[in-house]
Amino acid sequence: MRDKKQQTMTRSELDELQAERLREICQRVYEKVPAYTKKFDELGITPDDISHVEDVIKLPFTVKNDLRAAYPYDLFAVPISEIVRVHSSSGTTGQITVVGYTAEDLDMWSSLIARALDAAGADKSDIIQVSFGYGLFTGGLGVHHGVEHMGATVIPVSGGNTKRQIQVLADFGVTGFAATPSYALLVAETAQKMGVDFDDLPLRFGIFGAEPWSENLRTQLENAFGIEAYDIYGLSEVLGPGVGFECEQHDGLHINEDHFIIEILDTETLEPVEDGEYGEVAITTLTKQGIPLLRYRTRDISRIVPGECPCGRTTRRLERITGRSDDMLIIRGVNVYPTQIEQILLDIPEAAPHYQIILTKRGSLDDVEVRVELSDEVDFDEIKSLEAITKKVSGAIASALAVSVKVKLVEPGSIERSEGKAQRVVDLRGEGSQE
Amino acid sequence: MKQLSVFLENSPGRLAEATRILGEAGHNMHALMVADTEDFGVARIIVNDPEGAATALKDKGISAQVHDVCAVAITDKPGELGELLDIIATRNFDISYCYCFVHPVTGGAVNVFRLDSAECIPSIVEAGYRVLELEDLNA
Repeated sequence: MRDKKQQTMTRSELDELQAERLREICQRVYEKVPAYTKKFDELGITPDDISHVEDVIKLPFTVKNDLRAAYPYDLFAVPISEIVRVHSSSGTTGQITVVGYTAEDLDMWSSLIARALDAAGADKSDIIQVSFGYGLFTGGLGVHHGVEHMGATVIPVSGGNTKRQIQVLADFGVTGFAATPSYALLVAETAQKMGVDFDDLPLRFGIFGAEPWSENLRTQLENAFGIEAYDIYGLSEVLGPGVGFECEQHDGLHINEDHFIIEILDTETLEPVEDGEYGEVAITTLTKQGIPLLRYRTRDISRIVPGECPCGRTTRRLERITGRSDDMLIIRGVNVYPTQIEQILLDIPEAAPHYQIILTKRGSLDDVEVRVELSDEVDFDEIKSLEAITKKVSGAIASALAVSVKVKLVEPGSIERSEGKAQRVVDLRGEGSQE
Repeated sequence: MKQLSVFLENSPGRLAEATRILGEAGHNMHALMVADTEDFGVARIIVNDPEGAATALKDKGISAQVHDVCAVAITDKPGELGELLDIIATRNFDISYCYCFVHPVTGGAVNVFRLDSAECIPSIVEAGYRVLELEDLNA
Protein backbone atom coordinates (compact mmCIF):
# COMPACT_ATOMS: atom_id res chain seq x y z
CA MET A 1 0.00 0.00 0.00
CA ARG A 2 1.33 3.44 -0.90
CA ASP A 3 1.32 6.13 1.77
CA LYS A 4 0.44 3.42 4.24
CA LYS A 5 0.83 5.70 7.23
CA GLN A 6 -1.69 8.21 5.87
CA GLN A 7 -4.14 5.55 4.75
CA THR A 8 -4.17 3.51 7.95
CA MET A 9 -4.23 6.17 10.69
CA THR A 10 -6.38 5.64 13.71
CA ARG A 11 -9.43 7.88 13.88
CA SER A 12 -7.89 9.98 16.64
CA GLU A 13 -4.64 10.47 14.70
CA LEU A 14 -6.66 11.47 11.68
CA ASP A 15 -8.88 13.82 13.68
CA GLU A 16 -5.77 15.54 14.97
CA LEU A 17 -4.24 15.88 11.52
CA GLN A 18 -7.51 17.13 10.00
CA ALA A 19 -8.03 19.64 12.81
CA GLU A 20 -4.54 21.04 12.38
CA ARG A 21 -4.97 21.38 8.63
CA LEU A 22 -8.47 22.78 8.97
CA ARG A 23 -7.21 25.54 11.29
CA GLU A 24 -4.51 26.43 8.80
CA ILE A 25 -6.82 26.52 5.82
CA CYS A 26 -9.42 28.63 7.62
CA GLN A 27 -6.74 31.12 8.58
CA ARG A 28 -5.49 31.18 5.01
CA VAL A 29 -8.81 31.68 3.21
CA TYR A 30 -9.94 34.22 5.78
CA GLU A 31 -6.85 36.31 5.07
CA LYS A 32 -6.43 35.73 1.35
CA VAL A 33 -9.85 35.24 -0.20
CA PRO A 34 -12.24 38.20 0.18
CA ALA A 35 -15.29 36.04 -0.59
CA TYR A 36 -14.47 33.86 2.43
CA THR A 37 -13.69 36.84 4.65
CA LYS A 38 -17.17 38.05 3.85
CA LYS A 39 -18.75 34.62 4.51
CA PHE A 40 -16.98 34.35 7.89
CA ASP A 41 -18.01 37.86 8.84
CA GLU A 42 -21.62 37.21 7.88
CA LEU A 43 -21.70 34.16 10.15
CA GLY A 44 -19.97 36.14 12.90
CA ILE A 45 -17.07 33.69 13.13
CA THR A 46 -13.32 33.96 12.80
CA PRO A 47 -10.72 31.25 12.18
CA ASP A 48 -10.10 31.26 15.94
CA ASP A 49 -13.47 29.60 16.43
CA ILE A 50 -12.16 26.50 14.69
CA SER A 51 -10.15 24.15 16.83
CA HIS A 52 -11.54 20.61 16.29
CA VAL A 53 -12.68 18.68 13.22
CA GLU A 54 -16.25 18.85 14.51
CA ASP A 55 -16.04 22.64 14.21
CA VAL A 56 -16.26 22.22 10.44
CA ILE A 57 -20.05 22.53 10.80
CA LYS A 58 -19.60 26.14 11.95
CA LEU A 59 -18.06 27.03 8.61
CA PRO A 60 -19.87 28.55 5.66
CA PHE A 61 -20.82 26.44 2.66
CA THR A 62 -19.38 26.98 -0.78
CA VAL A 63 -21.61 26.38 -3.78
CA LYS A 64 -21.13 26.24 -7.53
CA ASN A 65 -22.45 29.79 -7.82
CA ASP A 66 -19.62 31.06 -5.61
CA LEU A 67 -17.21 29.71 -8.20
CA ARG A 68 -19.21 31.26 -11.02
CA ALA A 69 -19.27 34.61 -9.25
CA ALA A 70 -15.50 34.39 -8.76
CA TYR A 71 -14.92 33.70 -12.46
CA PRO A 72 -12.19 33.32 -13.39
CA TYR A 73 -9.66 33.76 -10.55
CA ASP A 74 -11.30 35.48 -7.59
CA LEU A 75 -11.35 32.44 -5.29
CA PHE A 76 -7.64 31.78 -5.72
CA ALA A 77 -5.80 31.99 -2.40
CA VAL A 78 -2.37 32.57 -3.93
CA PRO A 79 -1.07 35.14 -6.44
CA ILE A 80 -1.29 33.98 -10.06
CA SER A 81 2.51 33.76 -10.06
CA GLU A 82 2.19 30.73 -7.76
CA ILE A 83 -0.36 29.01 -10.01
CA VAL A 84 1.20 26.58 -12.46
CA ARG A 85 -1.89 25.14 -14.08
CA VAL A 86 -5.54 25.94 -14.61
CA HIS A 87 -8.39 23.54 -15.28
CA SER A 88 -12.05 24.16 -15.64
CA SER A 89 -15.23 22.29 -14.99
CA SER A 90 -16.72 20.54 -17.95
CA GLY A 91 -19.64 22.93 -17.98
CA THR A 92 -22.20 20.11 -18.30
CA THR A 93 -24.51 22.11 -16.07
CA GLY A 94 -24.00 25.72 -17.05
CA GLN A 95 -21.23 28.27 -17.14
CA ILE A 96 -17.74 26.89 -16.74
CA THR A 97 -15.81 27.44 -13.56
CA VAL A 98 -12.07 27.79 -13.19
CA VAL A 99 -9.69 26.15 -10.74
CA GLY A 100 -5.97 26.79 -10.26
CA TYR A 101 -3.22 24.53 -8.97
CA THR A 102 0.14 25.37 -7.42
CA ALA A 103 3.10 23.06 -8.00
CA GLU A 104 2.45 21.62 -4.54
CA ASP A 105 -1.22 20.99 -5.44
CA LEU A 106 -0.18 19.06 -8.54
CA ASP A 107 2.20 16.92 -6.48
CA MET A 108 -0.54 16.17 -3.99
CA TRP A 109 -3.00 15.36 -6.77
CA SER A 110 -0.55 13.02 -8.50
CA SER A 111 0.14 11.22 -5.24
CA LEU A 112 -3.58 10.64 -4.71
CA ILE A 113 -4.04 9.25 -8.23
CA ALA A 114 -1.07 6.99 -7.51
CA ARG A 115 -2.88 5.72 -4.40
CA ALA A 116 -5.88 4.86 -6.56
CA LEU A 117 -3.72 3.06 -9.13
CA ASP A 118 -1.95 1.22 -6.33
CA ALA A 119 -5.34 0.14 -4.93
CA ALA A 120 -6.15 -1.26 -8.37
CA GLY A 121 -3.02 -3.39 -8.15
CA ALA A 122 -0.85 -1.25 -10.41
CA ASP A 123 2.87 -0.67 -9.97
CA LYS A 124 5.84 0.69 -11.93
CA SER A 125 5.72 -2.17 -14.41
CA ASP A 126 2.23 -1.31 -15.63
CA ILE A 127 1.39 0.36 -18.94
CA ILE A 128 -1.63 2.58 -18.52
CA GLN A 129 -3.66 4.04 -21.36
CA VAL A 130 -5.35 7.29 -20.42
CA SER A 131 -8.44 7.79 -22.56
CA PHE A 132 -9.92 10.60 -20.52
CA GLY A 133 -9.94 13.81 -22.51
CA TYR A 134 -6.80 15.95 -22.14
CA GLY A 135 -7.31 19.66 -21.81
CA LEU A 136 -9.37 21.83 -19.51
CA PHE A 137 -11.10 18.68 -18.22
CA THR A 138 -9.26 17.36 -15.16
CA GLY A 139 -9.56 13.67 -16.08
CA GLY A 140 -6.83 13.33 -18.69
CA LEU A 141 -3.97 15.36 -17.26
CA GLY A 142 -4.87 14.44 -13.70
CA VAL A 143 -4.58 10.70 -14.23
CA HIS A 144 -1.64 11.20 -16.58
CA HIS A 145 0.56 12.78 -13.92
CA GLY A 146 -0.59 10.24 -11.34
CA VAL A 147 0.65 7.41 -13.56
CA GLU A 148 3.99 9.16 -14.03
CA HIS A 149 4.19 9.88 -10.31
CA MET A 150 3.88 6.17 -9.62
CA GLY A 151 6.57 5.45 -12.18
CA ALA A 152 4.34 3.36 -14.44
CA THR A 153 4.17 3.99 -18.18
CA VAL A 154 1.47 6.36 -19.37
CA ILE A 155 0.05 6.29 -22.89
CA PRO A 156 -1.67 9.65 -23.32
CA VAL A 157 -4.24 8.75 -25.97
CA SER A 158 -6.88 11.20 -24.69
CA GLY A 159 -10.49 10.73 -25.79
CA GLY A 160 -11.70 10.13 -29.31
CA ASN A 161 -10.43 8.29 -32.38
CA THR A 162 -11.87 5.05 -31.08
CA LYS A 163 -10.24 2.75 -33.62
CA ARG A 164 -6.82 4.05 -32.67
CA GLN A 165 -7.71 3.54 -28.99
CA ILE A 166 -8.34 -0.12 -29.76
CA GLN A 167 -5.16 -0.48 -31.77
CA VAL A 168 -3.14 0.94 -28.88
CA LEU A 169 -4.94 -1.26 -26.34
CA ALA A 170 -4.21 -4.29 -28.48
CA ASP A 171 -0.64 -3.57 -29.59
CA PHE A 172 1.06 -1.59 -26.81
CA GLY A 173 0.90 -4.21 -24.05
CA VAL A 174 -1.54 -2.03 -22.13
CA THR A 175 -2.34 -3.43 -18.66
CA GLY A 176 -4.60 -0.66 -17.37
CA PHE A 177 -7.14 1.61 -19.02
CA ALA A 178 -8.64 4.86 -17.69
CA ALA A 179 -11.75 6.44 -19.25
CA THR A 180 -15.28 7.56 -18.59
CA PRO A 181 -17.46 4.43 -18.33
CA SER A 182 -19.65 5.53 -21.24
CA TYR A 183 -16.64 5.98 -23.48
CA ALA A 184 -15.20 2.65 -22.35
CA LEU A 185 -18.47 1.07 -23.44
CA LEU A 186 -18.14 2.63 -26.88
CA VAL A 187 -14.57 1.33 -27.13
CA ALA A 188 -15.77 -2.16 -26.15
CA GLU A 189 -18.57 -2.07 -28.68
CA THR A 190 -16.31 -0.85 -31.47
CA ALA A 191 -13.68 -3.48 -30.62
CA GLN A 192 -16.30 -6.18 -30.89
CA LYS A 193 -17.29 -4.94 -34.34
CA MET A 194 -13.64 -4.94 -35.37
CA GLY A 195 -13.28 -8.51 -34.09
CA VAL A 196 -10.70 -7.57 -31.41
CA ASP A 197 -10.76 -9.99 -28.49
CA PHE A 198 -9.29 -8.60 -25.27
CA ASP A 199 -9.11 -11.99 -23.55
CA ASP A 200 -5.65 -12.79 -24.90
CA LEU A 201 -4.24 -9.36 -24.04
CA PRO A 202 -2.43 -8.34 -20.85
CA LEU A 203 -5.16 -5.78 -20.00
CA ARG A 204 -5.96 -6.32 -16.32
CA PHE A 205 -7.75 -3.35 -14.81
CA GLY A 206 -9.77 -0.28 -15.70
CA ILE A 207 -10.16 2.98 -13.80
CA PHE A 208 -13.49 4.56 -14.64
CA GLY A 209 -15.03 7.77 -13.39
CA ALA A 210 -16.16 11.35 -14.05
CA GLU A 211 -19.80 10.30 -14.41
CA PRO A 212 -22.16 8.09 -12.42
CA TRP A 213 -22.38 4.48 -13.57
CA SER A 214 -24.20 1.37 -12.45
CA GLU A 215 -23.04 -1.99 -11.11
CA ASN A 216 -24.41 -3.65 -14.24
CA LEU A 217 -22.24 -1.43 -16.40
CA ARG A 218 -19.28 -2.48 -14.27
CA THR A 219 -20.03 -6.15 -15.01
CA GLN A 220 -20.46 -5.38 -18.68
CA LEU A 221 -17.11 -3.53 -18.89
CA GLU A 222 -15.35 -6.23 -16.89
CA ASN A 223 -16.62 -8.92 -19.25
CA ALA A 224 -15.99 -6.95 -22.42
CA PHE A 225 -12.36 -6.14 -21.59
CA GLY A 226 -11.55 -9.07 -19.31
CA ILE A 227 -10.58 -6.66 -16.53
CA GLU A 228 -11.38 -5.68 -12.98
CA ALA A 229 -13.10 -2.27 -13.02
CA TYR A 230 -12.37 0.35 -10.34
CA ASP A 231 -14.37 3.47 -9.70
CA ILE A 232 -12.61 6.76 -9.01
CA TYR A 233 -14.25 9.85 -7.56
CA GLY A 234 -13.57 13.52 -7.71
CA LEU A 235 -14.74 16.77 -9.16
CA SER A 236 -12.83 19.55 -10.75
CA GLU A 237 -13.89 22.19 -8.21
CA VAL A 238 -12.34 20.17 -5.41
CA LEU A 239 -9.40 18.57 -7.23
CA GLY A 240 -10.41 16.33 -10.12
CA PRO A 241 -10.31 12.54 -9.98
CA GLY A 242 -8.55 11.20 -6.89
CA VAL A 243 -10.66 12.54 -4.04
CA GLY A 244 -11.70 8.94 -3.48
CA PHE A 245 -11.08 5.57 -5.09
CA GLU A 246 -12.07 1.93 -4.86
CA CYS A 247 -9.86 -0.74 -3.40
CA GLU A 248 -10.07 -4.42 -4.33
CA GLN A 249 -13.17 -4.82 -2.16
CA HIS A 250 -15.23 -2.60 -4.51
CA ASP A 251 -17.41 -1.61 -1.58
CA GLY A 252 -17.31 2.16 -1.62
CA LEU A 253 -14.62 4.70 -2.47
CA HIS A 254 -11.95 5.40 0.12
CA ILE A 255 -11.77 9.13 0.66
CA ASN A 256 -8.29 10.57 1.04
CA GLU A 257 -9.18 12.00 4.40
CA ASP A 258 -5.71 13.37 5.08
CA HIS A 259 -6.51 15.89 2.32
CA PHE A 260 -10.29 16.23 2.50
CA ILE A 261 -13.03 16.39 5.11
CA ILE A 262 -16.12 14.73 3.82
CA GLU A 263 -19.58 15.43 5.19
CA ILE A 264 -22.95 14.00 4.26
CA LEU A 265 -25.70 16.58 4.65
CA ASP A 266 -29.43 16.20 4.94
CA THR A 267 -30.69 17.56 1.63
CA GLU A 268 -33.43 19.62 3.31
CA THR A 269 -31.82 20.92 6.48
CA LEU A 270 -28.16 20.75 5.38
CA GLU A 271 -27.38 19.32 8.80
CA PRO A 272 -24.83 16.48 8.86
CA VAL A 273 -26.41 13.01 8.94
CA GLU A 274 -25.13 9.84 10.66
CA ASP A 275 -22.74 7.55 8.81
CA GLY A 276 -24.83 5.21 6.68
CA GLU A 277 -27.53 7.78 5.94
CA TYR A 278 -27.87 9.26 2.48
CA GLY A 279 -27.43 12.94 1.77
CA GLU A 280 -25.52 15.50 -0.23
CA VAL A 281 -21.75 15.15 -0.19
CA ALA A 282 -19.85 18.24 0.97
CA ILE A 283 -16.08 18.40 0.78
CA THR A 284 -13.57 20.65 2.51
CA THR A 285 -10.10 20.70 1.00
CA LEU A 286 -7.45 20.57 3.71
CA THR A 287 -4.23 21.02 1.79
CA LYS A 288 -5.03 22.72 -1.48
CA GLN A 289 -3.13 25.95 -1.97
CA GLY A 290 -4.47 27.31 -5.25
CA ILE A 291 -8.14 27.26 -4.56
CA PRO A 292 -9.05 25.90 -1.13
CA LEU A 293 -12.77 25.31 -0.64
CA LEU A 294 -14.74 25.02 2.57
CA ARG A 295 -17.71 22.66 2.68
CA TYR A 296 -18.15 22.60 -1.08
CA ARG A 297 -21.63 21.29 -1.82
CA THR A 298 -21.05 18.76 -4.59
CA ARG A 299 -24.73 18.01 -5.31
CA ASP A 300 -23.65 14.36 -5.40
CA ILE A 301 -25.92 12.12 -3.38
CA SER A 302 -24.32 9.30 -1.45
CA ARG A 303 -23.60 7.98 2.02
CA ILE A 304 -20.70 6.76 4.09
CA VAL A 305 -20.41 2.98 3.97
CA PRO A 306 -20.52 1.95 7.63
CA GLY A 307 -17.85 -0.26 9.14
CA GLU A 308 -14.23 -1.00 8.44
CA CYS A 309 -12.88 -2.10 5.10
CA PRO A 310 -11.06 -5.47 5.07
CA CYS A 311 -8.37 -3.92 2.84
CA GLY A 312 -6.74 -2.33 5.88
CA ARG A 313 -7.30 1.30 4.92
CA THR A 314 -8.95 3.17 7.75
CA THR A 315 -10.22 6.00 5.60
CA ARG A 316 -13.99 6.20 5.39
CA ARG A 317 -15.70 5.02 2.23
CA LEU A 318 -18.20 6.91 0.14
CA GLU A 319 -20.76 4.70 -1.53
CA ARG A 320 -20.61 4.85 -5.33
CA ILE A 321 -22.40 7.91 -6.56
CA THR A 322 -25.86 7.02 -7.81
CA GLY A 323 -26.34 10.44 -9.25
CA ARG A 324 -25.86 14.10 -8.87
CA SER A 325 -28.84 15.98 -7.51
CA ASP A 326 -28.81 17.96 -10.81
CA ASP A 327 -29.36 14.68 -12.69
CA MET A 328 -32.15 13.54 -10.45
CA LEU A 329 -35.47 13.42 -12.22
CA ILE A 330 -38.67 13.81 -10.34
CA ILE A 331 -41.16 11.76 -12.29
CA ARG A 332 -44.62 12.28 -10.85
CA GLY A 333 -43.20 12.61 -7.37
CA VAL A 334 -40.69 9.77 -7.60
CA ASN A 335 -36.98 10.51 -7.56
CA VAL A 336 -35.17 8.71 -10.36
CA TYR A 337 -31.53 8.77 -11.36
CA PRO A 338 -30.45 7.93 -14.91
CA THR A 339 -28.11 5.25 -13.53
CA GLN A 340 -31.10 3.39 -12.11
CA ILE A 341 -32.54 3.16 -15.59
CA GLU A 342 -29.15 2.06 -16.91
CA GLN A 343 -29.03 -0.70 -14.29
CA ILE A 344 -32.42 -1.99 -15.49
CA LEU A 345 -31.59 -1.82 -19.19
CA LEU A 346 -28.39 -3.77 -18.75
CA ASP A 347 -30.46 -6.68 -17.41
CA ILE A 348 -32.50 -6.79 -20.60
CA PRO A 349 -30.51 -8.47 -23.38
CA GLU A 350 -32.81 -7.20 -26.16
CA ALA A 351 -31.90 -3.61 -25.28
CA ALA A 352 -28.45 -2.24 -26.05
CA PRO A 353 -26.84 -0.39 -23.11
CA HIS A 354 -27.33 2.94 -24.84
CA TYR A 355 -30.19 5.07 -23.71
CA GLN A 356 -31.39 8.59 -23.46
CA ILE A 357 -34.07 10.12 -21.30
CA ILE A 358 -36.11 12.81 -22.99
CA LEU A 359 -38.08 15.20 -20.84
CA THR A 360 -40.93 17.12 -22.40
CA LYS A 361 -43.87 18.96 -21.05
CA ARG A 362 -47.45 18.01 -21.79
CA GLY A 363 -49.70 20.62 -20.27
CA SER A 364 -48.50 20.93 -16.69
CA LEU A 365 -47.18 17.37 -16.55
CA ASP A 366 -43.65 16.29 -17.24
CA ASP A 367 -43.51 13.57 -19.83
CA VAL A 368 -40.64 11.12 -19.72
CA GLU A 369 -39.59 9.10 -22.67
CA VAL A 370 -36.80 6.57 -22.43
CA ARG A 371 -35.19 5.94 -25.78
CA VAL A 372 -33.62 2.54 -25.90
CA GLU A 373 -31.50 1.16 -28.66
CA LEU A 374 -32.47 -2.19 -29.99
CA SER A 375 -29.71 -4.75 -29.60
CA ASP A 376 -28.15 -5.97 -32.86
CA GLU A 377 -29.14 -9.51 -31.85
CA VAL A 378 -32.88 -8.91 -31.87
CA ASP A 379 -35.03 -10.27 -34.71
CA PHE A 380 -37.00 -7.10 -35.45
CA ASP A 381 -39.01 -8.44 -38.37
CA GLU A 382 -42.08 -9.10 -36.28
CA ILE A 383 -43.80 -6.12 -34.69
CA LYS A 384 -45.10 -8.29 -31.86
CA SER A 385 -41.57 -9.12 -30.73
CA LEU A 386 -40.66 -5.41 -30.76
CA GLU A 387 -43.76 -4.55 -28.77
CA ALA A 388 -42.87 -7.30 -26.32
CA ILE A 389 -39.47 -5.62 -25.77
CA THR A 390 -41.08 -2.22 -25.22
CA LYS A 391 -43.42 -3.79 -22.66
CA LYS A 392 -40.59 -5.66 -21.00
CA VAL A 393 -38.54 -2.47 -20.57
CA SER A 394 -41.40 -0.30 -19.34
CA GLY A 395 -42.56 -3.14 -17.07
CA ALA A 396 -39.10 -3.51 -15.56
CA ILE A 397 -38.84 0.25 -14.98
CA ALA A 398 -42.33 0.35 -13.49
CA SER A 399 -41.68 -2.50 -11.09
CA ALA A 400 -38.22 -1.33 -10.01
CA LEU A 401 -38.83 2.41 -9.77
CA ALA A 402 -42.60 2.67 -9.45
CA VAL A 403 -42.90 5.13 -12.31
CA SER A 404 -44.42 4.69 -15.70
CA VAL A 405 -42.41 5.99 -18.60
CA LYS A 406 -42.88 5.77 -22.31
CA VAL A 407 -40.32 3.50 -23.89
CA LYS A 408 -39.33 4.13 -27.46
CA LEU A 409 -37.18 1.67 -29.36
CA VAL A 410 -34.70 3.32 -31.65
CA GLU A 411 -32.32 2.04 -34.28
CA PRO A 412 -29.10 0.39 -33.12
CA GLY A 413 -26.31 2.96 -33.17
CA SER A 414 -28.67 5.94 -33.36
CA ILE A 415 -28.07 7.34 -29.87
CA GLU A 416 -25.06 9.60 -30.02
CA ARG A 417 -21.94 7.99 -28.55
CA SER A 418 -19.90 10.20 -26.30
CA GLU A 419 -16.14 10.31 -26.23
CA GLY A 420 -16.24 11.96 -22.85
CA LYS A 421 -19.20 12.33 -20.53
CA ALA A 422 -22.40 10.89 -21.95
CA GLN A 423 -25.49 13.05 -22.19
CA ARG A 424 -28.14 10.78 -20.70
CA VAL A 425 -30.87 13.32 -20.14
CA VAL A 426 -32.23 15.66 -22.78
CA ASP A 427 -34.47 18.27 -21.26
CA LEU A 428 -36.81 19.82 -23.80
CA ARG A 429 -39.20 21.24 -21.23
CA GLY A 430 -37.94 24.75 -21.74
CA GLU A 431 -38.66 24.65 -25.48
CA GLY A 432 -42.33 25.47 -25.36
CA SER A 433 -45.19 23.12 -24.87
CA GLN A 434 -45.16 19.99 -26.95
CA GLU A 435 -48.71 18.84 -26.84
CA MET B 1 -37.54 -17.38 -49.75
CA LYS B 2 -35.26 -14.86 -48.06
CA GLN B 3 -36.67 -11.43 -47.30
CA LEU B 4 -34.90 -8.24 -46.33
CA SER B 5 -36.25 -6.45 -43.23
CA VAL B 6 -35.29 -2.91 -42.36
CA PHE B 7 -35.89 -1.26 -38.98
CA LEU B 8 -36.78 2.40 -39.44
CA GLU B 9 -37.43 5.12 -36.95
CA ASN B 10 -40.48 7.20 -37.70
CA SER B 11 -38.74 10.24 -39.01
CA PRO B 12 -39.13 12.04 -42.31
CA GLY B 13 -36.90 10.73 -45.06
CA ARG B 14 -35.77 7.54 -43.34
CA LEU B 15 -37.51 5.19 -45.83
CA ALA B 16 -36.38 7.38 -48.71
CA GLU B 17 -32.81 7.07 -47.49
CA ALA B 18 -33.04 3.28 -47.23
CA THR B 19 -34.52 2.86 -50.70
CA ARG B 20 -32.01 5.29 -52.19
CA ILE B 21 -29.12 3.25 -50.73
CA LEU B 22 -30.61 0.08 -52.27
CA GLY B 23 -31.06 1.82 -55.60
CA GLU B 24 -27.52 3.16 -55.66
CA ALA B 25 -26.20 -0.32 -54.84
CA GLY B 26 -28.17 -1.72 -57.78
CA HIS B 27 -30.77 -3.71 -55.85
CA ASN B 28 -34.11 -3.93 -57.60
CA MET B 29 -37.15 -4.51 -55.42
CA HIS B 30 -39.92 -6.91 -56.33
CA ALA B 31 -42.13 -5.95 -53.41
CA LEU B 32 -42.16 -3.65 -50.41
CA MET B 33 -44.45 -3.62 -47.39
CA VAL B 34 -44.08 -1.30 -44.41
CA ALA B 35 -45.54 -2.17 -41.03
CA ASP B 36 -45.88 0.93 -38.95
CA THR B 37 -46.28 1.62 -35.26
CA GLU B 38 -46.32 4.92 -33.41
CA ASP B 39 -42.56 5.05 -33.03
CA PHE B 40 -41.01 2.95 -35.72
CA GLY B 41 -41.66 0.97 -38.85
CA VAL B 42 -40.34 -2.23 -40.32
CA ALA B 43 -39.99 -2.38 -44.09
CA ARG B 44 -40.12 -5.88 -45.57
CA ILE B 45 -38.60 -6.06 -48.98
CA ILE B 46 -38.30 -8.78 -51.60
CA VAL B 47 -35.11 -8.10 -53.45
CA ASN B 48 -32.83 -10.21 -55.68
CA ASP B 49 -29.88 -10.32 -53.31
CA PRO B 50 -31.15 -9.81 -49.76
CA GLU B 51 -27.79 -10.49 -48.09
CA GLY B 52 -26.00 -7.98 -50.32
CA ALA B 53 -28.77 -5.44 -49.79
CA ALA B 54 -28.58 -5.89 -46.01
CA THR B 55 -24.83 -5.30 -46.11
CA ALA B 56 -25.26 -2.17 -48.22
CA LEU B 57 -27.74 -0.77 -45.69
CA LYS B 58 -25.72 -1.75 -42.62
CA ASP B 59 -22.65 -0.05 -44.10
CA LYS B 60 -24.67 3.17 -44.08
CA GLY B 61 -25.81 2.63 -40.49
CA ILE B 62 -29.29 1.33 -41.23
CA SER B 63 -30.41 -1.77 -39.35
CA ALA B 64 -31.19 -4.58 -41.79
CA GLN B 65 -31.74 -8.30 -41.38
CA VAL B 66 -32.58 -11.24 -43.61
CA HIS B 67 -35.40 -13.59 -42.65
CA ASP B 68 -37.05 -16.69 -44.04
CA VAL B 69 -40.54 -16.18 -45.36
CA CYS B 70 -42.83 -18.42 -47.36
CA ALA B 71 -43.80 -17.12 -50.82
CA VAL B 72 -46.65 -18.94 -52.53
CA ALA B 73 -47.78 -18.48 -56.13
CA ILE B 74 -51.54 -18.31 -56.67
CA THR B 75 -53.80 -17.43 -59.52
CA ASP B 76 -54.77 -13.78 -59.63
CA LYS B 77 -58.54 -14.23 -59.24
CA PRO B 78 -61.21 -13.83 -56.52
CA GLY B 79 -61.25 -16.40 -53.70
CA GLU B 80 -57.79 -17.84 -54.32
CA LEU B 81 -56.13 -16.31 -51.25
CA GLY B 82 -58.99 -17.44 -48.99
CA GLU B 83 -58.46 -21.05 -50.06
CA LEU B 84 -54.76 -20.90 -49.32
CA LEU B 85 -55.35 -19.30 -45.92
CA ASP B 86 -57.88 -22.02 -45.05
CA ILE B 87 -55.22 -24.65 -45.61
CA ILE B 88 -52.84 -22.86 -43.26
CA ALA B 89 -55.57 -22.29 -40.67
CA THR B 90 -56.84 -25.87 -40.63
CA ARG B 91 -53.35 -27.06 -39.83
CA ASN B 92 -53.16 -24.61 -36.91
CA PHE B 93 -50.22 -22.56 -38.08
CA ASP B 94 -50.00 -18.89 -37.10
CA ILE B 95 -49.35 -16.15 -39.59
CA SER B 96 -47.40 -13.17 -38.21
CA TYR B 97 -48.06 -11.13 -41.30
CA CYS B 98 -48.65 -11.52 -44.99
CA TYR B 99 -48.68 -9.39 -48.09
CA CYS B 100 -49.27 -9.94 -51.79
CA PHE B 101 -47.82 -8.68 -54.99
CA VAL B 102 -48.28 -9.43 -58.65
CA HIS B 103 -45.25 -10.63 -60.47
CA PRO B 104 -44.99 -10.84 -64.28
CA VAL B 105 -42.69 -13.86 -64.34
CA THR B 106 -44.95 -16.10 -62.27
CA GLY B 107 -47.89 -14.81 -64.25
CA GLY B 108 -50.04 -14.32 -61.17
CA ALA B 109 -50.05 -13.21 -57.56
CA VAL B 110 -47.39 -13.99 -54.99
CA ASN B 111 -48.40 -14.24 -51.34
CA VAL B 112 -45.65 -13.78 -48.81
CA PHE B 113 -46.16 -15.17 -45.30
CA ARG B 114 -44.16 -15.03 -42.16
CA LEU B 115 -45.24 -18.22 -40.42
CA ASP B 116 -44.48 -19.32 -36.90
CA SER B 117 -43.07 -22.56 -38.27
CA ALA B 118 -41.50 -23.73 -41.52
CA GLU B 119 -43.26 -27.08 -41.00
CA CYS B 120 -46.27 -25.53 -42.65
CA ILE B 121 -44.58 -25.45 -46.03
CA PRO B 122 -44.87 -29.19 -46.93
CA SER B 123 -48.62 -29.08 -46.36
CA ILE B 124 -48.92 -26.08 -48.68
CA VAL B 125 -46.97 -27.96 -51.32
CA GLU B 126 -49.08 -31.10 -50.79
CA ALA B 127 -52.19 -29.04 -51.39
CA GLY B 128 -50.86 -28.34 -54.88
CA TYR B 129 -49.37 -24.87 -54.46
CA ARG B 130 -46.03 -23.74 -55.77
CA VAL B 131 -43.71 -22.35 -53.08
CA LEU B 132 -41.36 -19.88 -54.72
CA GLU B 133 -37.68 -19.16 -54.28
CA LEU B 134 -35.96 -15.93 -55.27
CA GLU B 135 -34.63 -17.52 -58.46
CA ASP B 136 -38.22 -18.05 -59.58
CA LEU B 137 -38.74 -14.29 -59.61
CA ASN B 138 -35.57 -13.62 -61.55
CA ALA B 139 -36.22 -16.18 -64.26
